[in-house]
Amino acid sequence: MVEASPKPFIEVRNLRQQFGSQEILRGVNLTVFKGETLVLLGRSGGGKSVFLRHLIGLIKPVSGEIFVDGEEITHLNERQLEPIRIKVGMLFQDGALFDSMDVYDNVAFPLREHGQTDEKKIQDDVMHALELVNMLGHETKMPVNLSGGMRKRVALARAIINHPACILYDEPTAGLDPIVSDSINRLIRRLQRQLHMTSIVVTHDMTSTYHIADRVALLHEGKERFYGTLDDLKNSTDTVVQDFVLGRSYDKAE
Amino acid sequence: MTAFFNYFGEGFLHFLAYLGELVELVWETLGSIFRGRIRWSLTLHQILEIGFRSQMVVIVTGAFTGAVFAAQIFFQFRSLGMESAVGPVVAVALFRELGPVLTGLMVAGRVGAAMSAEIGTMNVTQQIAALRALAVHPVDYLVVPRTLAMMISMPLLVAECVFCGIFAGYFAAVRFLGVTGSYYMVNTLKFTQMQDIFMALYKGVVFGFLIVFISCHQGLHAKDGAVGVGKGTTEAVVVSSLAILISNFFLTMTLNIIFPAGHHG
Repeated sequence: MVEASPKPFIEVRNLRQQFGSQEILRGVNLTVFKGETLVLLGRSGGGKSVFLRHLIGLIKPVSGEIFVDGEEITHLNERQLEPIRIKVGMLFQDGALFDSMDVYDNVAFPLREHGQTDEKKIQDDVMHALELVNMLGHETKMPVNLSGGMRKRVALARAIINHPACILYDEPTAGLDPIVSDSINRLIRRLQRQLHMTSIVVTHDMTSTYHIADRVALLHEGKERFYGTLDDLKNSTDTVVQDFVLGRSYDKAE
Repeated sequence: MTAFFNYFGEGFLHFLAYLGELVELVWETLGSIFRGRIRWSLTLHQILEIGFRSQMVVIVTGAFTGAVFAAQIFFQFRSLGMESAVGPVVAVALFRELGPVLTGLMVAGRVGAAMSAEIGTMNVTQQIAALRALAVHPVDYLVVPRTLAMMISMPLLVAECVFCGIFAGYFAAVRFLGVTGSYYMVNTLKFTQMQDIFMALYKGVVFGFLIVFISCHQGLHAKDGAVGVGKGTTEAVVVSSLAILISNFFLTMTLNIIFPAGHHG
């Protein structure tokens, strides 16, 4: 999948973030190439989600630079970020569906908000997006009546309906059964292959990683400990990387 | 002693920071309105929510306050032989103070709490972040429709409250206490001026602004899950109510220069 000379779509340089006295990110450098899927691994609570939120300006870093499609975004204000956010969609961990709207209106929301008034066109697009995530027939359900996996799939339909160039997935398979996880993995793959979407997937699910990754990065103690292809990951001699890949823990008392 | 000053100094700084955030929200909202980022369907929905559905509580408040106020004024004025002055006193008090303040307090309790809770819940469940991620400014989508709806609804609610109060006052005074109906009405009309009505409407709009910005701010800054939303909602009602009562005093003092009280010719 990796092209001969891929162009970077997202470049992060020396990104630092801290909440109070706790340093979450301590100078992260990362490049995501156009049309590729980067899987960002890391321990729970290790700042992966926080990192992801920086990429569309939901959080401002303490220092560092973020280039999205060549544009530096850390100095942009909320309104200047809007074109970036149309280019880069995000799937939130629990979906973050609008609970005052049914499934149909949730998926139609980005279309209506960005000027589409033709209801026939909206309906076609919504149905197509719902079909893509296997959620046809649930249009009139309210988010509270959906299971976690269904909510994620509807949120994914909402995130892709405006055809962003890139999608950020925050733990797309966490808490889902293996079958639904697999269908989401396939979907991520399909979006990449068919629509050439660039993707960043934050996860700690290794099965998912092997399935979808072009490149892998491991975030460890606020820095990128590993960055490379799946083969590089398998051949890595770094014990931190291997512990994560194999799921090993050490009891300090031993 | 240092601890004492530290404590109050810190409180004062927090207050200043809070005011700064409020001003920022007002600025952002007005900017968004002037840029024409207005969602009319959401605004209509909010008018229904804020205005239409608040009528019952505002009418009951106005009516019973007007009735009880008329009765008390009557008991006091009877000994002076001034029963016919009950009408104008009730009307002017309702227009200038009771109408706007009571409407403001009831709307703060009913609508301010709902706004803060709804926006706060959206905030702690990442729905505000989702809005932002979908390139929709939360102020455009949430605060602007509520602000416009409040500006339209509040004067109407105040007017409703005042008229129901005057009518109930009339009913109490004439039906139960034996004041002559025609005197009551004639004196009420004679001593009620346009400036009293303007003052009522003006105060209504200002209180509406206070409620909407204080409540939306609490919602947008809600954190720490359900507990935080609950705390924010309580604070929205308490702060709005206090802001209404305190600002009312200053409004009365300043507006009295523009809309002087009393009968002039």
